[in-house]
Amino acid sequence: MQSTQISFENLRKDFPILKRTVRDNKRLVYLDNASTTQKPNQVIDSITNYYRNYNSNIHRAVYSIAEEATEAYEATRDKIANFINVKDRQEIIFVRGTTEAINLVAYAWGRPHIKEGDIIVTTEYEHHSNIVPWQLLTQEKSAKLEYIGMDDNGELILDDLDKYLATGKVKLVTFSLMSNVLGTITDVQKIIEKCKAAGVLTLVDAAQAVPHMKVDVEKLGCDFFAFSGHKMLGPTGIGVLWARKSVLETMVPFQGGGDMIREVHKYESTWNDLPYKFEAGTPNIADVVGFGAAIDYLTKIGMDNVREHEVELTKYAMKKLSEVKGIHIYGTKDISKRGGVISFNFADVHPHDVAQIIDGEGIAVRSGHHCAQVLMERLNVAATSRVSFYIYNTKEDVDALINSLNKVAKVFKL
Amino acid sequence: MSGNADIYHEMIIDYSRNPTNYGKLENHDVIFHDSNPLCGDSIDIALKIDDNKVTDIKFDGKGCAICMACSSVLTEITKGKSLDEVRKIEKNDILGELGLEHLQAVRIKCALLSLKVLKSALYTYLADHLDNSQDVDSLKEDAANLY
Repeated sequence: MQSTQISFENLRKDFPILKRTVRDNKRLVYLDNASTTQKPNQVIDSITNYYRNYNSNIHRAVYSIAEEATEAYEATRDKIANFINVKDRQEIIFVRGTTEAINLVAYAWGRPHIKEGDIIVTTEYEHHSNIVPWQLLTQEKSAKLEYIGMDDNGELILDDLDKYLATGKVKLVTFSLMSNVLGTITDVQKIIEKCKAAGVLTLVDAAQAVPHMKVDVEKLGCDFFAFSGHKMLGPTGIGVLWARKSVLETMVPFQGGGDMIREVHKYESTWNDLPYKFEAGTPNIADVVGFGAAIDYLTKIGMDNVREHEVELTKYAMKKLSEVKGIHIYGTKDISKRGGVISFNFADVHPHDVAQIIDGEGIAVRSGHHCAQVLMERLNVAATSRVSFYIYNTKEDVDALINSLNKVAKVFKL
Repeated sequence: MSGNADIYHEMIIDYSRNPTNYGKLENHDVIFHDSNPLCGDSIDIALKIDDNKVTDIKFDGKGCAICMACSSVLTEITKGKSLDEVRKIEKNDILGELGLEHLQAVRIKCALLSLKVLKSALYTYLADHLDNSQDVDSLKEDAANLY
């Protein structure tokens, strides 16, 4: 992989939204990329091109534009397989996003496999989407949900995992590859090694990881892997569930309907081959096409370069933020163990007030519990402010953030 | 609306630093809790009621400056009022007091969470102390249309 040949500053021209101003002619400084990223022209154009030139349904009709649509849709599946290093394209299932991917597993795998007394293990720094589906499942099945705890440095306490695995009742361990609040990069190899030794399946929520670093699913050795398109330059409403074929074959359908069937009779049906068994109904064709364009864009940059750029920015931002009196940063200070996400609090000012005041300066950050209330409880805070970077962010963006925080200090007389 | 920092005038900052009627109320007659799922603001309001009058009120919890200031003003307005008067408190009674009439939509819930909690506390109390079921139904309707 060639490194540092990319001019990240130049990429900005591909993103039309970065040219606009907000609030009294302020430059938009977009620092909420962990929530969703902006879209380059290449992605936007690929979607309008589909609607303008070959809009049709896939997998059914024989006419030319339907063939083009099917080809474009299936081409994205191959691009994804290549991007995350999956050998078998039949293991790639299109879903609405990471949330739907996890719900699909909880329903289609969980229902036939989880029984009374079984244990599902998650972690204290999960997004609600990797907690609530398991609460629903374990409550329905009289099974148990347990948590791997987090230490004060924002890292998982793997002794907890050992303790649960020793019961022999654990059926699934599900965790995020990177925390959406603290940016902690999970010690994934260690967890999967332990689970494999115990014969326990693993689900990796990679929503925050795949957009920001090279991820190799085959090397990881997990059983389920989920991520979303919109956090990696792609459109909203499209994501991926990858699952090992031997596991997919033990699962019941998620939704019934068109495209997921082989034969339908009055009182019974048989199912289509993988992955279509899990893709009922007309899918989100346009956004799958757009997702493909996003993957092309990122592939061209190279994921190692993306990571390097974000490490630079994160290092700079951590330094600048810690120089502001009253800022408290959560999680590890070790940049090699965190992605481009920084959660902080500013003295006693509520994050909502911070966000509102700096929004007046054109700065877009997230404030709140970030869909991670279990983690907020663990940190003993109601909310945090969060900045998160992507390829188009610059050191000037960080400087603008720091300047705007000075305004907060002034208003709140800190 | 102009600059975002404009809403953070002296009164709001003062209330957020030193909220009035803040803390726990011993021997309350009713207490109610609610939170804002979007931002995590979380408020309890406890009322002491004698002769159909709110003789004491306290709020407790965590919130942004807007939420804390509005809760303070609301408790000041409510204290000493008859239950009928409390029923008639409207959102503009709070927003007007703090010059927040033009607050943007995403922040209005921060401002009005405490009003919602107060009304819910009141309706909870009335539901327990009213024997007229028709009245309780109309109260529930009131509550549903709060924001």
